[in-house]
Amino acid sequence: MANAAGAAPGGHRNGFWGLLSLPGVAWLLALFVVPFYAIGAVAFGRVDPILRTPDPVWSPFSWDFSAMNKVIGRVFGGDLGGVVVRTLSFVGTSLALCCLIGYPVAYYVARHASRWRGVLLAALVLPFWISYLMRMLAWVNLLQVDGYFNRLLGWLHLGGSRNWLDGDWSTVVIGLVYGYIPFFILPLYASLERLDKGLLEAGRDLGASPARVFRRVTLPLSVPGLLSASVITVLPMFGDYYTNTFLSSGSPRTEMIGNQIERDLRGSSQAQTGASLVLILSAMLLVMMTYYLVVTVRAQRSVAT
Amino acid sequence: MRRHRPGRPAFGLATITWLYVLWSLVPVLVAMRISFNSGKSRSAFQSPSLRWYVDDPLQSVWHDDTLRQPLKNTLKLAALSMIFTTPIGVMMAIGLQRWRGRLSKASNGLMLVPLVTPEIVMGVALFLVFTQIYTGVPGGFSRQLLGHITFSISYVVVIVRGRLAAIGPQYEEAARDLGANRLQAMRLVLLPLLGPAIFASVMVVFAGSVDDFVISSFLSTGAATETVPMKIYSGGRATATPALNALATIMLVFTLSAVALAALVMRSMRKRQGGGEDARLGSLAAVG
Repeated sequence: MANAAGAAPGGHRNGFWGLLSLPGVAWLLALFVVPFYAIGAVAFGRVDPILRTPDPVWSPFSWDFSAMNKVIGRVFGGDLGGVVVRTLSFVGTSLALCCLIGYPVAYYVARHASRWRGVLLAALVLPFWISYLMRMLAWVNLLQVDGYFNRLLGWLHLGGSRNWLDGDWSTVVIGLVYGYIPFFILPLYASLERLDKGLLEAGRDLGASPARVFRRVTLPLSVPGLLSASVITVLPMFGDYYTNTFLSSGSPRTEMIGNQIERDLRGSSQAQTGASLVLILSAMLLVMMTYYLVVTVRAQRSVAT
Repeated sequence: MRRHRPGRPAFGLATITWLYVLWSLVPVLVAMRISFNSGKSRSAFQSPSLRWYVDDPLQSVWHDDTLRQPLKNTLKLAALSMIFTTPIGVMMAIGLQRWRGRLSKASNGLMLVPLVTPEIVMGVALFLVFTQIYTGVPGGFSRQLLGHITFSISYVVVIVRGRLAAIGPQYEEAARDLGANRLQAMRLVLLPLLGPAIFASVMVVFAGSVDDFVISSFLSTGAATETVPMKIYSGGRATATPALNALATIMLVFTLSAVALAALVMRSMRKRQGGGEDARLGSLAAVG
């Protein structure tokens, strides 16, 4: 069946279909593959000794890895260690919060919400259509010193004069969760919704309590969904540099690895360091990216059959 | 058989879910309301007015060039991205769905990688390639456009392919049996069937382009090539007026109209054709 659905009418002229994909493939080669290679050429290239501008080396045979080694040294135990640890802890904490909030929500909408399911689904999708920076701007409004959030706290007698936008790590973490949790909930919902109800009923029929069925059947079956939801959420979080800058007035106390990269490339003339950091970041994320790609290709194939 | 007491565990879940929905949407509603504020405050609402949209002769979105220019840039960028990305993406989707062999598999992989690449990686890559190799491409708008098309192609391919898989080859085969040549079968049978999916993907391209911050920012040359997200970013931290909220609200209205239009077209086409569940799931997934 796999071929029947996908096979072309007149599929013996394979070349025609190849030709049809050519513009897209050529575009991605020129503006995705070559640019990515350029990162390597700059990271492993030379630097103009006077102007400090990058002098990329295109042949991998004459690449020079000393700059990269220096950056790796700075990341592991050097002056960039703090930023990397902070990035990891921000992303880790945000992901944990995404799981705590996102799993119950996805579970409820997928399995319990009957009458309101359409409305809830629309509410889950809606944030995708609201500009990310507008959603952050909304929090900047709420968290002003004389803003609604502090007034709420004052009304509850919990303080209410704090400046949340001055390099507060909790603000940044909540901002990250707020920004990326829709990316977590939607794929998780899709996987929980496809969960085989027969298995759950079998567990109940064999005498397990609802809690036990949840622990022994539902939870293990949601692991793949949780994994891919986590990957989709974590990948953009690692490259984020605008959420923390926007929500902390650019305070260095909440800087993440993305800030360092952005500054190296656009602020100061440290393009080589920035390029090396991007490669290190990509290498760190490669496992996750590959995992997600494999899952996606598998899903594509199951749609095609 | 034991039955769980109706509603008890679900009640807690329902509470969490509705609280989440409130939390995710109320801040944005508050921000929209502030855009209609009559005063200068962006933290408290005083009384309703259109001051920050049109009435203020200097600082409203309509009159302040530093706000109007990003709006124009963003819409121009999104419109051109839609025009260029759609044909490339649709052709690639049809091609990849049917092309067999090693090269096809590699191309399919290549198409998927941009979807999982963190924006900062793509931003740095494009920034370096334009400053080191493609130096002939004029800085600013042209580079931003090329960047936007690059990250949009995969959205179109994924959405259109989902629909293609659902349609299957039989309609085209029927057309071929009835004497149409391959191009005719594609033009007269396949493209109309793909219509709603193509339209949906065009809207996704619009939304993605309008929302993009990182790529536009890395390829920008300054105030003249600022987009709305960039303006929100640079203006939101400083002492901004509610005009910034007005700008964001205008952009939101554009996006939501595009999405509503896409949903309407999808629905009416689906009524006429039936099926299409997979395409809908595909487009939902592609949004993420």
